[in-house]
Amino acid sequence: MSGITLKNVEKYFGENYIIRKLNLEIRDREFLVLLGPSGCGKTTTLRAIAGLEDIDSGEILIDGKPVQSRQAADRDIAFVFQLFALYPHLTAYENIAFPLRATQESRGVVDQRVREVAKALRIGNLLDKRPSALSGGDMQRVAIGRALVRRPKALLMDEPIGALDAKLREEMRAELKHIHLQNEATTVYVTHDQVEAMAMADKIAIMNEGVLQQVGSPSDVYQYPANLFVGQFVGSPIMNVVSGAIRPGDGYTQVMLGEDDALLRFPNELYHKVVEHRHAEDELAVGVRPEGVLVARQATDGYIPVEAHIIEPLGPYDIVDLKFGKQLLRSRTASGYVEKAGDVVWARLDEKQTHFFNNRTGESLQIRL
Amino acid sequence: MARVELRNITKKFRRHTALNDLSLDIGDGEFFVLLGPTGAGKTTTLRLIAGLDAPDAGSILIGGGDVGKWSAAERDVALVFQYYSLYPHYTVRENLEFPLKSKHRRISADEVAGRVARAAKTLRIEHLLERKTDRLSGGEMQRVSIGRAIVRQPRVFLMDEPLSNLDAKLREILRAELKDLQMKLGATFLYVTHDQVEAMSMGDKVGVLNHGRIVQIGTPHQIYNRPRDTFVATFVGSPAMNLLSGVIRDGRVMVAPGKLEIPVEAAVATRLPQGVDRVTLGVRSEDVMVGPGGGLEGRVYGVENHGVEKIVTLKVDDHLLKATVPARMAIAVDSTVPFTFNPRKLQFFAAQTGVNLGPVKEEVNHG
Repeated sequence: MSGITLKNVEKYFGENYIIRKLNLEIRDREFLVLLGPSGCGKTTTLRAIAGLEDIDSGEILIDGKPVQSRQAADRDIAFVFQLFALYPHLTAYENIAFPLRATQESRGVVDQRVREVAKALRIGNLLDKRPSALSGGDMQRVAIGRALVRRPKALLMDEPIGALDAKLREEMRAELKHIHLQNEATTVYVTHDQVEAMAMADKIAIMNEGVLQQVGSPSDVYQYPANLFVGQFVGSPIMNVVSGAIRPGDGYTQVMLGEDDALLRFPNELYHKVVEHRHAEDELAVGVRPEGVLVARQATDGYIPVEAHIIEPLGPYDIVDLKFGKQLLRSRTASGYVEKAGDVVWARLDEKQTHFFNNRTGESLQIRL
Repeated sequence: MARVELRNITKKFRRHTALNDLSLDIGDGEFFVLLGPTGAGKTTTLRLIAGLDAPDAGSILIGGGDVGKWSAAERDVALVFQYYSLYPHYTVRENLEFPLKSKHRRISADEVAGRVARAAKTLRIEHLLERKTDRLSGGEMQRVSIGRAIVRQPRVFLMDEPLSNLDAKLREILRAELKDLQMKLGATFLYVTHDQVEAMSMGDKVGVLNHGRIVQIGTPHQIYNRPRDTFVATFVGSPAMNLLSGVIRDGRVMVAPGKLEIPVEAAVATRLPQGVDRVTLGVRSEDVMVGPGGGLEGRVYGVENHGVEKIVTLKVDDHLLKATVPARMAIAVDSTVPFTFNPRKLQFFAAQTGVNLGPVKEEVNHG
């Protein structure tokens, strides 16, 4: 088991950067998720670590040693793809045992290792079946078993559960994480699904257009997004973002949403912090997740009247569109809290969950109230 | 706009029964979602209503009239597909005008222009009108396909997974837009999907379809809180409802004797056939409450961060169950935590049939 370090890694095609100045530290036994939309460079990064793709500059170290000169096969890394590439004519047992057949391990050791891995993956009862007799989830379990059986230094996975249906993905997510906790292989996992990233990662690295946007724990990137891209890529429903401005008030800071669509009271310190930042008072983007839009049924101090529009009942909670003037902000409320579209309720933004971004660059001002 | 009724529809493809005695009643101006897994018969149902296929038995009524002998064109319904079938070399405007320029329709040029302008405004694609459709993003293309349905002013909109090719964020945005559109138009929508979030968030009413049969019809609230059987219970909601198998003994469901025993009303047992005592206990993750004073104990098997909350998998004996806890709760894998169930939210199903043993309020099908 071992750590992986990427130093100033770059890859380009002509003028176009696929990966730009990427620095990333993946610690021993860590579960790191590379998250981003398609084309962001995450898969290329993963393939570069595996040795399946050359890089144009920079360095990749595994266990502290540069690996560029080493072939993929010599990097002692296992790769799991989205499509399970199993040998159709071999049983699940033989598929898992395959990587060990080339080694000098005795039959007894091979058998023991295959059965151990199969037990952890809960496919012990399927070992004599051929891939064609297995479900999608079980095929992917076999593919993962084949990767784990070698006890590689690192495990790289490229959207390994992306082809499965929603319910199965949910199940496999929990299982993959559990297997990771058991065998502690350093894992780099690529996905475009932020739910998967949040649910499984020790650390998330978010990429966009070849550039690393933020690295942090799931709660870090969720609570303190470095920029608008991260704020809106992580979390569902999507973070509300409206342009805004602030003005000093009498013992408070006034936040204006849109073009004076709503005037909200925020703590005094907000104004000072923005000024400290030397940031223009009216070039702000205000971001708040639906759970940060607080709703009351009655007039409440600090709340402003807003009209409810569409209500999405999602089961345990509702997502309610609220009209702050012309600006629509979505709020997460208890199920049935707002009765119907057209109702007037009272709302405010929770200052602890409100983010302020530079409206031009998208960078967070890192103001924490 | 019109009411749509399906009465005892059966449709077979060779020996395979795609739809079995299916009855639906979709009210005028209602947003009705047909929800089910792949192969449940959702698309077949749409095709029958559109007149692209004929049922083997049963009748279809639109606006009160039997349309069995009507052609697809005469039925005046609009279909929107998952794959936007636009003419690539035409502009958005030409694509929108196209359905109105058929020889069968005698619509004045002014009227055509007016309808296109209104549809473009509703869908916020006015700035795209002169653009060729092969230069549009996926979300824009789907808006244009919907626009092409709107300009026809059909009696019914039929939508076949129109959002499933789009990425998650865009789906979320268009979901709200579609619902908004339907409310503005006051139109009858029959919307087909395998995505329970879409069904819950958009439907006035949801019909859950499995193996060609309607399992349950109800409001999203009814479907979520009173699932008719274990199929609906696990298909609707994320994470899936926890199901635990146990036997009834002395007024309790014994899942793991001594470790997981849940009091149960006597009425539940009386709904089981004589001599049968095995039930499936259903509880949603938000009704598994982790914290002091719980009375039950589980080992933490896994923790998933979902931003606004965490989903914890607990292990009790050999049983795994999921619990929703606040994001701020510190909870370590392999630790032992107390928990309890919200007693008012428990569901009991017959183990053998999977049918809910509690009172399930059926949506009365209009008449």
